[in-house]
Amino acid sequence: MTTASEVSDTRPAFSRIILGLRKVASRLPLHVILIVIALLWMTPTIGLLVSSFRPATEVASSGWWNAFQTPFKFTLDNYSSVISQNGMGRSFLNSLIISVPGTVIPVVVAAFAGFALAWMKFPGRNVLFIFLVALIVVPIQATLIPVLRFLTDVKLVGTFPGIWLAHTAYGLPFAIFLLTSFFGTLPKELLESAYLDGASNLRVFLRLVLPLSVPAIASLAIFQFLWVWNDLLVALVYLQSPSKAPMTLTISNLVSSYGTQWQLLTAAAFISMILPLIVFFALQRYFVEGITSGALKG
Amino acid sequence: MSDRQRSTVWSRLVGRFEIRWRGRRRGRFSPWLWLLPAFFFVSVFLIYPVIATVRLSFMNANSTAYIGFANYKYIFTNPTTQDALLNNVLWILLFTLLAVGLGLLFAILTGRVRYEAVAKAVIFIPMAISFVAASVIWKFMYAYRPEGFTQIGLVNEVATRVGLQPSAWLVQQAVPYTSHVLPSPFHTNNVAIILVGVWMWTGFAMVVLSAGLKGISTEVIEAARVDGATEWQVVRRIIIPMLAPTIAVVVTTLVIQSLKIFDIVWVMTSGNFNTDVIATMMYKQMFNYQDFGKAGALAVILFLAIIPVMLISIRRIRAGGGAT
Repeated sequence: MTTASEVSDTRPAFSRIILGLRKVASRLPLHVILIVIALLWMTPTIGLLVSSFRPATEVASSGWWNAFQTPFKFTLDNYSSVISQNGMGRSFLNSLIISVPGTVIPVVVAAFAGFALAWMKFPGRNVLFIFLVALIVVPIQATLIPVLRFLTDVKLVGTFPGIWLAHTAYGLPFAIFLLTSFFGTLPKELLESAYLDGASNLRVFLRLVLPLSVPAIASLAIFQFLWVWNDLLVALVYLQSPSKAPMTLTISNLVSSYGTQWQLLTAAAFISMILPLIVFFALQRYFVEGITSGALKG
Repeated sequence: MSDRQRSTVWSRLVGRFEIRWRGRRRGRFSPWLWLLPAFFFVSVFLIYPVIATVRLSFMNANSTAYIGFANYKYIFTNPTTQDALLNNVLWILLFTLLAVGLGLLFAILTGRVRYEAVAKAVIFIPMAISFVAASVIWKFMYAYRPEGFTQIGLVNEVATRVGLQPSAWLVQQAVPYTSHVLPSPFHTNNVAIILVGVWMWTGFAMVVLSAGLKGISTEVIEAARVDGATEWQVVRRIIIPMLAPTIAVVVTTLVIQSLKIFDIVWVMTSGNFNTDVIATMMYKQMFNYQDFGKAGALAVILFLAIIPVMLISIRRIRAGGGAT
């Protein structure tokens, strides 16, 4: 690389510029294609965002791509009305109430299991690990009816604890896989010297393993959080009560009852997207890692 | 909070907890204690339910009597459930093919420019949002007004601008002149819904394939170019064969996703107009028809279809050391 740039630096300025221009010109189609693709991918979301700020009459009478002509007509009414009248405010809270424990509990349970599977010696350890991880294969659909009956029997159907338990179980196989694999890569000498110093399992787990595993735990937590936040099916089957519905469920119901009131639907959808988008932009690396490694689950 | 502050807070919390536990010796039962919570969740919410679902699938609607394979026979012979199965096949083929194809194309293209990170972020963003939000976005894109009225959906606006008739994309069932001839997977509304899935998952395929691309030595590619290979030949003869293991991982993941697809179909059409898939059909059998036998059988079919795909991908992951 350095030699190439040194060579070009010795050339007269104008020929360097011409070379540069030629290079840009030959790559122009590539840039055009990429920009077109990027625009194509963003347009649907931009349409949603723009429509959510337009008054109902405008949304119904002209396409959102006409919104940028004077006189500008934008409003926040759609947001205030979905939040107060259509229950999106309550649903946002519900989504948080469901997602936070729905993330913390499985991560904690998987960390305990992962520590035992990665660092303790007991008969059948490998078989057990493979068995737990193989449960990733179970589709949620294959558990819906018996779990619904079980939750009904123990009076947890339609409650937050019920859905926390369900999300914990559904997230566990993948979480155990991820954390056990990561714990297994920690330096052996470090843990062994801690044990030699008389540290208990709990101490090694809390003082060494967890702090050293922050990146893996972060990826896992982000993945699980978004999975629960974006879930519709589990909430649809186990919650069944509008006052506890997360945003996905509320929006799904709004679509069937207000099918053509696009200003409301777009505002509601955007509210549900805010948090995932913030997570995406703030924690992009962990986010991409979490999603790509967890995509098998579901 | 700085790292240091954070670690002191953590030490204090941990310290209190440890004092309570002090004195308990590490014993023979220790690993099982650590695994106990996981066992509880897995057995109550995964293992037992799967066994119970298999049992239900051989029983009648309200699970009072065994009826053998009648539910399965119904599913494979009844036209509506046949449609759902065929639609799922279309999902597997079209969704996977398009998402992998576009993902590979975008991975190759974005890898050649300096603004790679930005370009990839734009494609990947739909992975962050819910299927429900994506469905609202695209339902609006497909919004339909009859000819002569102002179109408010972008797809129909573009269609009318280029001289086509506006069309109710989510309802329209057949390619023109083929109505009632072709089975449901050839209905265009299924394709319209699948494209929403493609829009969401192309970013996933792109990111994983792009990571794989970075592992291919540039020397091989450069050598081929020096020898006069065209870009197409480079992609066809070098990139695709060398990426084959990564492509396999992406394909298996997408096949599993398309088998389980539920939310998009549920929000966009509720499975109406012949767009049902196995998962939506199962939900309807469960709640609309209260037939736990047929719902269970559909779930078992889904499960059985996933197992072989998952076995392939687990073998790949174990061999390759990770999904990415």
